[in-house]
Amino acid sequence: MKYAWYPGCVSQGGCPELYTSMAKVCSVLGIELEELKGAACTGAGVLTERNPELADTLNARTFAMAEQVGAPLLTNCSTCQGVMSQANAKLQADAKYRARVNGHLAAEGLEYKGTAVVKHLLWALVEDYGLDNFKAKVVRPLAGLKAAPFYGCYILRPTKALGIDETPARRRYLELLIAACGAEPVDYDGKFKCCGFPILTMNEKNSVNMVGTHTLDAKGHGAHCMVTPCPLCHLNLDGYQIKAAGMKGQQINIPILHLPQLLGLALGLSAKELRLNHHIISTQAVTALAKA
Amino acid sequence: MQVTYLVKRLNPERERSPRFEQFSLEVGEYDSVLDGLIKVREELDGSLALRCSCRAAICGSCAMRVNGEPRLMCKTRVRDVAEDGQVKVEPIGNLPVLKDLVVDMGPFWEKVRAVKPWLEPPPEKPEREYLAPNEAMREVVGALACVMCGACVSNCTVWEVDPNFLGPAALAKAHRFVADPRNSDNAERLKQLGEYTGIWDCTHCFYCVQACPKDVAPMERILALRREAIAHGYTNHNGVRHSDSFAQSVKQSGSLNEGRLAVESQGYLNLPALLGLLPVGLRALRAGKMPSPFHHKRPGAAHVKRIFEKVEGPRS
Ligand code: SF4
Ligand code: SF4
Ligand code: FES
Repeated sequence: MKYAWYPGCVSQGGCPELYTSMAKVCSVLGIELEELKGAACTGAGVLTERNPELADTLNARTFAMAEQVGAPLLTNCSTCQGVMSQANAKLQADAKYRARVNGHLAAEGLEYKGTAVVKHLLWALVEDYGLDNFKAKVVRPLAGLKAAPFYGCYILRPTKALGIDETPARRRYLELLIAACGAEPVDYDGKFKCCGFPILTMNEKNSVNMVGTHTLDAKGHGAHCMVTPCPLCHLNLDGYQIKAAGMKGQQINIPILHLPQLLGLALGLSAKELRLNHHIISTQAVTALAKA
Repeated sequence: MQVTYLVKRLNPERERSPRFEQFSLEVGEYDSVLDGLIKVREELDGSLALRCSCRAAICGSCAMRVNGEPRLMCKTRVRDVAEDGQVKVEPIGNLPVLKDLVVDMGPFWEKVRAVKPWLEPPPEKPEREYLAPNEAMREVVGALACVMCGACVSNCTVWEVDPNFLGPAALAKAHRFVADPRNSDNAERLKQLGEYTGIWDCTHCFYCVQACPKDVAPMERILALRREAIAHGYTNHNGVRHSDSFAQSVKQSGSLNEGRLAVESQGYLNLPALLGLLPVGLRALRAGKMPSPFHHKRPGAAHVKRIFEKVEGPRS
């Protein structure tokens, strides 16, 4: 099993623990990764907003690189997944537009033929690897751990481009993986909502309010931690949780795990290998449970 | 087909918090969720309050949430949404519930009124009718399809935390007039829309796009308004600096530099805001996750830069 790995900017910037845990987990699972080192940022929706054709061209460039590797693209970020899924849907549906975009790539000797498949680790594990195969690798079931899923907008909406219209179960994969790790998924209102990251610089009050609302919601439903496939959600829910606690006038202190970190714990990797010590909100409550 | 309707009910005269009531009923293969609700009201419980009129997705009065998703109930087939023979119906969110499935649309209309939902033609009158090129009206037609149902507002993630936000429907309506070539006061409108509660407060969560039964795609209209505001020179905003900094970072290095983005979005001269970033920055530093100020170029960065220049022109 081989993928063209697109780690994305955040796992190589603000969330180095994601890059490390992703690589380690794939290696334990026997998933071969060929990293696309020269791929550019997806634009995270910001470039699409400025200039859709520019963002689609950058993504077509990444798709063309994956075609050269001859393997599906693997992402570890809900936002990368969403932006790429939308760009890919557009480029695949409209050959004329694709030709136009390829015109911008020609000078660099690249051409996107329209065959790229883009999958987040979340989807790849359930759809390609198989939950049973994953369970067979679990050496440390996380019994007693209650984990609240937090998906991130971009991997949920719009459902058409994300293939959720054909595969509605994609809205339940986080719960399935949490359960496969031996932990208990927590159901609460916030799981499909927005973490607030996109408006952090525009309206910090509303952004931090979202952090407080969803973390308290998860905690109120008994969660020991939250798990997210999106590093941008992680940045806000972890990085601004202390501010949110101040705003809400309540203690929160709920650790925010990247998806591969939770998987890694169940696969027997150590907290240090998964860099669980590199969080703003201490992850001790989780690592202690995992040790017991 | 035998289904179970789980209906959220509230009679504010008698109870404080809502409860779910269960109804078992037989519905036809092509019946809408609304058909089932009407059956409940006519055959099982006459006290059930709901709004509907046209039953043809035109009047916009039957927006509710089915299994959590806001939709028009007359346009949604039971068989398409039933999960294990069950259909959960709730009033749309973010608006006060009057009774059962009926909400107070007052705040919704207030916001539509706040964006000046009428055309302001130029003072000099043409000899005959105002002419508008076909091409320009294409932008407007999409938003004209809005039936003011409120489905887009139901799950809006910003409205939830800040009821002052103008919201998707009103902002889509605002775009309908800004995009109309016969309108004359765009500068004024865009200035107002760029303030707090307006276009820069949207989180880009796609809920409104997903919810709208008429493909108005309110979020796309909001993004179009942002581009329009920038084109009108309203660039002194964190949202604009954020977007510029983002583009520069990717253009120069192929990837995003979050540290630079946080600082440049506030503006280098905005000292109080920059100091406000410090505690969060320091916490990140202590956790060993502060993005390095020495942002390395990705291999292929020169290639990315050429693409920017080709598609965007030298401007950016
Ligand atoms: S995209 Fe913006 S307007 Fe639409 S629901 Fe989300 S926050 Fe609200
Ligand atoms: S934009 Fe769509 S969802 Fe919103 S009020 Fe209009 S028709 Fe309804
Ligand atoms: S009853 Fe008129 S839109 Fe549904």
